[in-house]
Amino acid sequence: MTSETSQRPTEEPGAGRRVLYCHCAFARVVDEGVKEKVLHGLASSDLAFDAVPDLCELAARRDPALGRLAAEGRTEIVACYPRAVRWLFHAAEADLPEDDVTIHNMRDTEPETILDRLLGDDS
Amino acid sequence: MSALSDPTNPLDANRLRVLLDAEGSRRAELLPRLLAQGVAVTATGSGTVAPLDDAELLYLCDADDSAQSTVEIVAGEGEAEGISGSRIGIRGLDADSVADGVLERARGEGHGEPAGGWTPWFPVIDYDRCTNCMQCLSFCLFGVYDVDDEQRIDVAQPQRCKTNCPACSRVCPEVAILFPKYRHGPINGDQVQAHDVEREKMKVDVSALLGGDIYSLLRQRHERAESRFSKERDDDRALKERQRCLKKLQEDLDIPDDVLSSLPSAEQIRAKAAARGASVSPAESTDPATAPTTSEDTP
Ligand code: SF4
Ligand code: SF4
Repeated sequence: MTSETSQRPTEEPGAGRRVLYCHCAFARVVDEGVKEKVLHGLASSDLAFDAVPDLCELAARRDPALGRLAAEGRTEIVACYPRAVRWLFHAAEADLPEDDVTIHNMRDTEPETILDRLLGDDS
Repeated sequence: MSALSDPTNPLDANRLRVLLDAEGSRRAELLPRLLAQGVAVTATGSGTVAPLDDAELLYLCDADDSAQSTVEIVAGEGEAEGISGSRIGIRGLDADSVADGVLERARGEGHGEPAGGWTPWFPVIDYDRCTNCMQCLSFCLFGVYDVDDEQRIDVAQPQRCKTNCPACSRVCPEVAILFPKYRHGPINGDQVQAHDVEREKMKVDVSALLGGDIYSLLRQRHERAESRFSKERDDDRALKERQRCLKKLQEDLDIPDDVLSSLPSAEQIRAKAAARGASVSPAESTDPATAPTTSEDTP
């Protein structure tokens, strides 16, 4: 597995993609301002997406929703470091495909950049 | 991770997930509040979302009451999926009332529990780096690690991990253990650099240098601290030196005080290892820090 950063250009917003946003609600490792801006931008768009309080918690409980998400492909995950997110999915027995998945890291990327990549011109 | 079936396990409860059918600023107002309450939200709109399971879910609808009680959740793909569940009209309600109402309704109707009873702090293994050396399993005193059917190291009981304790990640010689909520890289999942690997290897050497009785030293430290009338001045001096070393080790491994003070004794660990029938090499047998542990080691 390799870590990757989000580089895939956004085509038509929403077309066939699944977006998962992690709120990292039970720790202060992701800057509150970044989360707030990203969530506000996503919510204000008309994009359908899944938002979870804490992806780590879902992984620990091996929530089947992660398996369904991983199996679908064309997934964009907004959370933290790609290496952490990939191995969290693995821990949940829901390996992400090697490609076709983009992980946006709220710990080291500006919210405007993440929104731009997710929503393109709509952000 | 192995199946979790302990009734007291915070991970066993079904999670509450709602379908939110609202637009624009209304979504932006409701989502943070619901997430902060531990509620997972599937927000409708253009595009697709994770397929839902068969569970009944709460369907929060911001449309007026004449709206249909099903919603297309796979819009724009030519495929529509109706969902069933309890429809709750939320038009005109403020975010606090919606969040409180969802929790109340979910409790009453058994739609699952919100997340939040447990801080999700646990090790995550990067199997691209892991060499299956079992140092983490030997080091962890709380029964977090085990091996799977193929004898691969496994985070079997993540809920047993001590919140904010990243110690096992510091003894892993391969920098293969992540704690996604840790402050610093590479333990938080950031890229591993060559100098990180060297540093981690040095830390293992530090613990070896301190000798094999780290945990009995820790116990002595607590017992000595309680003994105000100790006459053993030389011993005290030697102990102080060891404490200084241990303090350094504690800082290096970033072990929280409360975790240190709840460690079981070396005798307990050895007894558990013996009871388990684990093979402990002569060198290891003097070193409780490297003795295999069982789930009963949890204080
Ligand atoms: S996946 Fe990352 S962002 Fe999400 S809860 Fe875990 S540490 Fe926080
Ligand atoms: S200490 Fe590191 S390399 Fe060794 S088994 Fe544990 S995770 Fe793998």
